[in-house]
Amino acid sequence: MSARGEPVIELRGLRNQFGTQVVHDGLDLDVYRGEVLGVVGGSGTGKSVLLRTIAGLQTPAAGSIRVLGTDVRTADLAARTALQMRWGVMFQDGALFSSLTVRENVEVPMRGIPDLDPGLARELADLKISMVGLPYLAGDKYPSELSGGMRKRAGLARALALDPEIVFLDEPTAGLDPIGAADFDQLIRGLSRSLGLTVFLVTHDLDTLHAVCDRIAVLAERKVLVTGTMQDMLSVDHPWVRSYFHGPRARAAIDAAEAAQTGEDR
Amino acid sequence: MGGSPEVSIEVETGGAATRIAVAGPLTIRTLGAAARRLDGIGPVAEARLDLGAVTRLDTAGGWLVARFRARLAEAGGRLELAGATPEMEAILTSVERAMPRPEPAPAPPRGLAERVAGLGRAVADTGRTARGLTAYLGLFLARLGRGLRHPRSFRLTALVHHCEEVGVKAVPIVALMSFLIGIVLAFQGASQLRQFGAEVFVVDLIAVSILRELGILLTAIIVAGRTASAFTAAIGSMKMREEIDAMRTLGLDPAAVLFVPRILALLIMLPILGLIANLAGLFGGALMSWLELGISPAMFRTRFLEGTDISHLTVGMVKAPVFALIIGVVGCHAGMQVGSNAESLGQQTSKAVVAAIFAVIVADALFSIFFAEIGL
Repeated sequence: MSARGEPVIELRGLRNQFGTQVVHDGLDLDVYRGEVLGVVGGSGTGKSVLLRTIAGLQTPAAGSIRVLGTDVRTADLAARTALQMRWGVMFQDGALFSSLTVRENVEVPMRGIPDLDPGLARELADLKISMVGLPYLAGDKYPSELSGGMRKRAGLARALALDPEIVFLDEPTAGLDPIGAADFDQLIRGLSRSLGLTVFLVTHDLDTLHAVCDRIAVLAERKVLVTGTMQDMLSVDHPWVRSYFHGPRARAAIDAAEAAQTGEDR
Repeated sequence: MGGSPEVSIEVETGGAATRIAVAGPLTIRTLGAAARRLDGIGPVAEARLDLGAVTRLDTAGGWLVARFRARLAEAGGRLELAGATPEMEAILTSVERAMPRPEPAPAPPRGLAERVAGLGRAVADTGRTARGLTAYLGLFLARLGRGLRHPRSFRLTALVHHCEEVGVKAVPIVALMSFLIGIVLAFQGASQLRQFGAEVFVVDLIAVSILRELGILLTAIIVAGRTASAFTAAIGSMKMREEIDAMRTLGLDPAAVLFVPRILALLIMLPILGLIANLAGLFGGALMSWLELGISPAMFRTRFLEGTDISHLTVGMVKAPVFALIIGVVGCHAGMQVGSNAESLGQQTSKAVVAAIFAVIVADALFSIFFAEIGL
């Protein structure tokens, strides 16, 4: 991933605060086309706030946000609507509409497309449901009838409904068992490669960082402290980064990733 | 999105193979037009789809191509692709791998038998709910008894808190409602009784109807709307967040901790609210009689004391504890039926209000028959 494409998300001087509590101050970050960027940071460093800010759910106190060349803060309603169709957001627990079936949930974003008849939308929703690895009959079920992992997959299917260029994933593997989490990692990796997606994901999961992310951004001290590959992270000399990437869990994840690598090479 | 470029599909049927050339974006935005065009092509033995001039292909477009290919294959034909870039190939491959294979859903049986079965299920459900409510009433009484035998374990603070919530805070709305009902009764009664020159009997009309029926019934209905829903919402949201399960693992009995203070608070406060409603109703009636019929407050008082038996008040107040039990038990029971999602919380809350009001009115009707039979 040395050849970087154009930046699709550009953050400059971002500042977020709640009352007197400053979460981000002078935060700069670029996300390039086609990459999978993992955002990590301790609890309360504003990872989810950052995601929400870029996705337009949170108004920052200062700074500029450009997504796909559009300034999110100053864009008019039409431009914002057009932009929203070019990104998808998957929330932590899927955030599916509980009164709709999974298929209807996936069809919701498609309603904004003129000249798409309901029959086609329905079949296309079935395709998305199948692409995220859900069985066909899951489409008829209501969110409350699904397990946590299936809800996350359904949430991803809805985020991918319009073939967005960017997907935002908030803690995609939180609350999943290790097997389910590894499957989900593979799914994200596979989809981002085959569809050329740019993925912005917030996570705590070291295995996900290893398995999925091209680049990692560490949030600390109210800004993006450092970005780089997993290898770069290992040589960063900052107390939090050191304890995060050199802790016992990190070592286990690195060993597992290396074992998988040698397995693939053979 | 008026400015989105169009897709064009040229079909050439000459020669051995049908040639189809697609140009422009083949995406979800152009899917409608493209699907109509491709669906118009009948079954052909050999077709060649040229994607060389496609500017953008997404999974929707890929799905259309895969669907077209599957349709031709079903009719014994073959589709050859040309001009696809490696990115398009990747999308086509992942789409073909994920093509949904519809499985027939188990068809829901329709018809008379199913309707009868549905009715039977509804009746059984109602029966089960009634049994559940009785069980909760028993549970409440058992825990109340235990609380009385072990006064130290009794949650007095919670009781006082709920007394304030269900009683004190309901006083303004209950008093205002009853006052207005008194005014309405006096006004309606006056216009009827004046025809017979029997204006003074409006006092009896107001006194009997408010003391016997309306005061306590309308109070119970207001409290059912206010408190049954609050009980269900509070207990239901605790159930949803597994707080009830946490209580059980900590050795706390949800019935003793949650139900007893709430229902007991209602038992204490509903008679008091009923009394306040009676007073407010009589006051409203007296005021209207004075303004409309010229019956002075002193005359109203005399007529009221002479003409109204104390039994009317007794009949009214006897119902209060029963209504309180109904409202409390229905509210707590519905709260415990909440599942793990927010939707069921809303459903149970509205169900609790409807059930509580309905049960209060049914109980009131039974009381009327009972008192008529024993001649009170």
